Amino acid sequence: METYYKPEDLGKFATMGEFAPDLWEKFMSYYSAVFESGALTKREKALIALAVAHAVQCPYCIDAYTQSCLENGANEEQMTEAVHVACALRGGAALVHGVQMKNVAKGLSF
Amino acid sequence: MSEIIKNFESMIDNPDYKFTHGKLRIIQVNVGKLCNLSCKHCHVDAGPNRTEIMTRETMQHILRVLPNFETLDITGGAPEMNKNFCWLVDEAVKTGIHVIVRSNLVILHEKEYINIPEFLADRHVEIVASLPYYSENDCDKQRGSGTFKKIISMLKKLNSLGYGIDEKLILNLVYNPGGAFLPPNQDELEQQYKTRLMSDYGISFTHLFALTNNPLGRFENFLKRTNNYDKYMRKLYDSFNPAALENMMCRFQLSVGWDGQLYDCDFNQVLNLTINGVQNISELYEIHKRKIKFANHCYACTAGSGSSCGGATA
Repeated sequence: METYYKPEDLGKFATMGEFAPDLWEKFMSYYSAVFESGALTKREKALIALAVAHAVQCPYCIDAYTQSCLENGANEEQMTEAVHVACALRGGAALVHGVQMKNVAKGLSF
Repeated sequence: MSEIIKNFESMIDNPDYKFTHGKLRIIQVNVGKLCNLSCKHCHVDAGPNRTEIMTRETMQHILRVLPNFETLDITGGAPEMNKNFCWLVDEAVKTGIHVIVRSNLVILHEKEYINIPEFLADRHVEIVASLPYYSENDCDKQRGSGTFKKIISMLKKLNSLGYGIDEKLILNLVYNPGGAFLPPNQDELEQQYKTRLMSDYGISFTHLFALTNNPLGRFENFLKRTNNYDKYMRKLYDSFNPAALENMMCRFQLSVGWDGQLYDCDFNQVLNLTINGVQNISELYEIHKRKIKFANHCYACTAGSGSSCGGATA
């Protein structure tokens, strides 16, 4: 295996329904419902998904939700801001754990 | 990859949908390929160096057949650049037919065309204007540097004349994707456009049409140059929506090329696919139901919510 991630593997996602078709059906039904327009528009949901895709660093999701954002009327400016939200959350999450570091350090120091 | 895409016509289950509707509604006339812009998505490959322009003689034949239609839809190129444009509009309006002009709006800033907004308003001509997005960067990337500001200032002028405000002065905008992807849901995007254009610029308009880019002309070249052609065709094919077949625009219109040649649609013009039957407007005296000529670019009109010159169809 020359690489763990291949673009064509995204098209094989449905093979996860083999051996567990009921679970797959339930997941896909739920998944489709999540992205329908509701209190949030499809465009807003696609932008959230794009930010999460970057936070979880899933290349399949980044590929899929970049296209989804464009096809739901977002532009690169909005998509870049969404990625910055993910970046701020990941960076902020690391930084706020600095408080743990401080707590531990204080407990050990004079 | 494209060989596994089925022939478009084989996807049409209802044989009626392979023919035009009994009554045609629209005669769409391409008055020339000359344009002040060279937009990246343009299937006509229109631009400043094109010389194909409709003559007044051909326009006279169009006026002769107008009673068979409800709407005259004038397109190009930039239709205003045909020296007989105002004459055609004037003569058509006198017959009582509804007239649509597809304008890039940028042309209306040029001295020679500066009185056209008032001319169209006085005659209650519907304007369909291209605006690929509500932000400068996205618009200019597709239509050329500086176009967004000119479109916005012309939209303000059209609003001041009552366009997009007075119900008799229809001002529709057209979105088309800025690359190899499908358009968003038309209603949601219209809401987005209305909110942003009003809050950012105080602009009103009637409706937004979300169009799918057709893989022909300059856009086809882009797809091939960027290795996106097969993927895009696959996307159109995978998004085929049978519910869009009934209202495909070719079923309700006759398309006339700059030289009077007759087509099922503006896209077939690019491929030189003339209609079944009489080939030129000069020979057209009776309009019969006709078998439409399809090819695989027709998947652009049936993808997702469907696409036509009047927006979504399904």
